[in-house]
Amino acid sequence: MISGRTWCFGDNINSDLMVPGPVVYATPAEQARAVFSANRPGWVDEVKPGDIIVGGQNFGMGSSRPGARSLRTLGVACLLAESLNGLFFRNAVNFGFLALRCPGVSTAFTEGQTAEVSVAEWRVRNVQTGATLACEPVPPALLKLMLEGGIFPSLERDGLIAPKATKAK
Amino acid sequence: MGMTIVEKILARASGQAKIAPGDLAVVAVDTVLMLDTNFMPDIRREILKVHDAEKIVMVFDHFVPPPDRASADAQATGRAFAKQFGVARLHDIGRDQGISHVIASERAYALPGTTLVCSDSHACAAGALNCAARGVGYPDLVYAVTTGKAWFKVGETVRYDLTGKLQPGVFAKDLFLHISGTYGDHANQNVEFGGGGMASLSIDARRTMTTMGAELSAEFATFEADDILIDYIRARTSAPFEAQAPDADAIYVARRTIDLSALEPLVARPDSVIKNSVPVSQAAGVAINQAFIGSCANGTIEDIAEAARIVKGRKVANGVRFIITPASQAIYRQALEAGYVQILMDAGAVVTAATCGACFGGHMGVLGPNETCITSSTRNFKGRMGDPTARIYMGSSATVAASAIAGTIVHPGNMVRA
Ligand code: SF4
Repeated sequence: MISGRTWCFGDNINSDLMVPGPVVYATPAEQARAVFSANRPGWVDEVKPGDIIVGGQNFGMGSSRPGARSLRTLGVACLLAESLNGLFFRNAVNFGFLALRCPGVSTAFTEGQTAEVSVAEWRVRNVQTGATLACEPVPPALLKLMLEGGIFPSLERDGLIAPKATKAK
Repeated sequence: MGMTIVEKILARASGQAKIAPGDLAVVAVDTVLMLDTNFMPDIRREILKVHDAEKIVMVFDHFVPPPDRASADAQATGRAFAKQFGVARLHDIGRDQGISHVIASERAYALPGTTLVCSDSHACAAGALNCAARGVGYPDLVYAVTTGKAWFKVGETVRYDLTGKLQPGVFAKDLFLHISGTYGDHANQNVEFGGGGMASLSIDARRTMTTMGAELSAEFATFEADDILIDYIRARTSAPFEAQAPDADAIYVARRTIDLSALEPLVARPDSVIKNSVPVSQAAGVAINQAFIGSCANGTIEDIAEAARIVKGRKVANGVRFIITPASQAIYRQALEAGYVQILMDAGAVVTAATCGACFGGHMGVLGPNETCITSSTRNFKGRMGDPTARIYMGSSATVAASAIAGTIVHPGNMVRA
């Protein structure tokens, strides 16, 4: 069970808002500092590890920029959205970030309320209102990647890529 | 129950008799497109093994020629990678330079009925060639390069049946803006195009549509194969392929008919294309600082020809930067031979070498604070082309060229000669 304070975002939150142009090729740490700098400046200083993002429709629309990795780097425990862009979802799986489709979530929560998320039961509960919602189950193979750090660790284990980034900063 | 185009291609590639929405398909990837950006110093991982170098195509496109040291380093690393693993199809700076999604089509690397992945969201462009192509993340890309495989969570398919023919002055981009404006996003769904009207759309126009599938958040965007496509492929390669048609009893989550004859020029207002299109007349009069024609969606010879037709004998408005970036050097050469480059330069436009360039605010046309741009490229997100306070309108290349002359957004019909 995951439990955390919610931050609410609207519909069509795009990849470039999560990973703005100037940091697309910067280090993961530098990228994480820039999340939502255009639409919600200062948010990265307020969000705390364990917090949960509530999104609207089509969360993550846009490019392959790894917004999911930046949210993971910031310590966000989970993303719940009305619907998820497929490419954002792929990056969530492959970078090991829990992102779930949860219809009704954007109206069930106001910012600052606490969400409890159970992937065993695929259920989300609003602790303040008691409302519960179902989320869409993720296929077991993909859930395993999401919860176990994504795909790079297994590629390293299989000797397909070198253990570390070629250049650290 | 029958299958859609994409379901049939994924069934073939995964060795299954049947693929349906909800399945997790693990497929053999026929073509992997790698880009210069895959080798940027701060993000790259060192690949130790390659599954099959003959399935890889490498294209340097985002930062060419390199505007800074990081991209120069990336391209040097990419060249070394190609040499180490014997990747023969490397599109480096020079004769074969261009944007990967256009090269994949120009050179018929993406064959009908096959699968393709690339770590750039607009890989869906190859759907115009009846290819199941998808933009994936960088980890997926590395996975495909090293294992030859990719996974797809299969979604439902929306079918668009096209009828009629676009009126003069109306283009595929307007058709896209009609779809994105009317139906909004298609997250987790595939988009399939067919119907009698597609015969009036060139491969370039179809590729505009499939490229923009990424902007609908579609999983895959594919066209049916027809004689126009088969001739296009056969003019480029003798490689064998098997195009896939949808079954007569394929299941669609929605089926929509669009009469091309009824469409008019549209623009998307800044920040999104989702339910954000208006007739050009409603944005008319908005003053612009920059007009851009280019990108994998609209840097084709047809776009450049149309722009040249509109600006011929006219001058770009004072205070407007009109930048045209052909999608490949092959297109650039065609534009030179046809005299379009001369016409555009005489009007005061800048025609750059083929690259992504201003499309993603990379180089050669980055926007400053509070500027307004009209673009025919792929994306108008806040901050996409530079400063986050810049406003980006999106329209067809004809609308962009007409606006460059007027200095304000105008209907391309205003530039039709008496
Ligand atoms: S032209 Fe634009 S959308 Fe197309 S690949 Fe390049 S950056 Fe991406």
